[in-house]
Amino acid sequence: MTNEILQATLQHVIIVVVAVAIAAAIGMPIAIAAVRHPRWGRRFLRVVDVIQTIPSLALFGFLIPLPFLGGIGVRTAIVALVLYSLLPIVRNTVTGITGIDPLVREAATVMGMTDRQRLYSIELPLAMPSILAGLRVATVIAIGVATIGAAVGGGGLGTLIFRGVAMVDTTRILSGALPAAALALLADLLFSAIESFAARRWGGQ
Amino acid sequence: MASSVAIERVSVHSILRDVTLHVAPGESVALIGRSGAGKTTLLRLLNGLAIPTAGVVSIDGVTVSGDLAARRRRIGTMLQAPALFPHRTVYDNIATVPRLLEWDEARIRTAAQELLAQLEVPIERFASRFPRSLSGGEQQRVGIARAMIAEPPLLLCDEPFSAVDPLVRRELQESFIRLRDRGGVTMIFVTHDLAEALRVAERIVLIDDGAIVCDEMRARFVASRHPLVRRFLEAARVPEGS
Repeated sequence: MTNEILQATLQHVIIVVVAVAIAAAIGMPIAIAAVRHPRWGRRFLRVVDVIQTIPSLALFGFLIPLPFLGGIGVRTAIVALVLYSLLPIVRNTVTGITGIDPLVREAATVMGMTDRQRLYSIELPLAMPSILAGLRVATVIAIGVATIGAAVGGGGLGTLIFRGVAMVDTTRILSGALPAAALALLADLLFSAIESFAARRWGGQ
Repeated sequence: MASSVAIERVSVHSILRDVTLHVAPGESVALIGRSGAGKTTLLRLLNGLAIPTAGVVSIDGVTVSGDLAARRRRIGTMLQAPALFPHRTVYDNIATVPRLLEWDEARIRTAAQELLAQLEVPIERFASRFPRSLSGGEQQRVGIARAMIAEPPLLLCDEPFSAVDPLVRRELQESFIRLRDRGGVTMIFVTHDLAEALRVAERIVLIDDGAIVCDEMRARFVASRHPLVRRFLEAARVPEGS
């Protein structure tokens, strides 16, 4: 049993890390583009908002019949988690950049920075606290939603929970639920530490 | 060498209407006018932040258009606030333009040291501090240093000292003028404060409702009979002939 829990926990962590990493890799460029083209960006944010409102069990269900993205297995679970993680990442990156003092951004431009130089040396560092907060929310949500991924054969701690529910075995349910809760708390603590490091590094204290 | 500026029959939507302004190398010009008169837009034409809907803007005979990043490095700009980069130290703020111009660090250090000494923010005490730990006046001085360190041939100022108290403002103006007069620089300075305009510039251009209504050297400007000039003079209480 212990071995089973450890294995499920490890699998859970891998699914979440992969999903949040993919969501960040997709979401941050989208957010940067959305800042550059605000009209297009607002529309996109609305789409991402709507995705977030789909109940997670239903989303997994919708994904099953899709070719390439869907089916039964880990891939489907990761696709769904990416979709859920997108909103906090995109929104926080956009808020982080647009929240920078407009004169500071303008100063970077008039001093002769290219768009890329301004992005990497001014906008992203100053938006970092907000971006990290987005990653934190995305990770904590993904840890929770990933348990439901077991319904489509996604593996992870959800497998134990679903089995426990089917067998009306509270111990088994807890063997999946407690590690999931612990992971969420741990992720939260980890990101707090990273955020306070980033605040010292880039916050100008 | 100091830049020349030519604004030829430029309109920007209805903000500026058919404006022509030539500035010779080394001249210092104040653009003055009421809020919304178009003076800031006129200034922003020169670094490409405003785009003419008609007419041509050129610096040193080269039209201002296209990718301007490289050209902006040779224009010193001071915005309404110092707008220092909050995540960078005073030194790294000042080094921004020289680093974009790929100066070597030793040269940057020497230039920064000399400039900060003249501005009375000694580099030893300020270099590694972050902007938020500086007073408003100190931030302004760092802002002046950041705009001037690469000795740009053209200096654009958009009410840079509007947010500080009158005494600090006076000191900043004096430091600013001393530095400006070091070498060949053309300056265009936007302000709504006539006293400031008369202090920093030798030529005053009054803009109202998107058009130039008076363009005179300092002494002739204060003697002008134009009604709006008279109103500005009365508001600034500058006695005639000063």
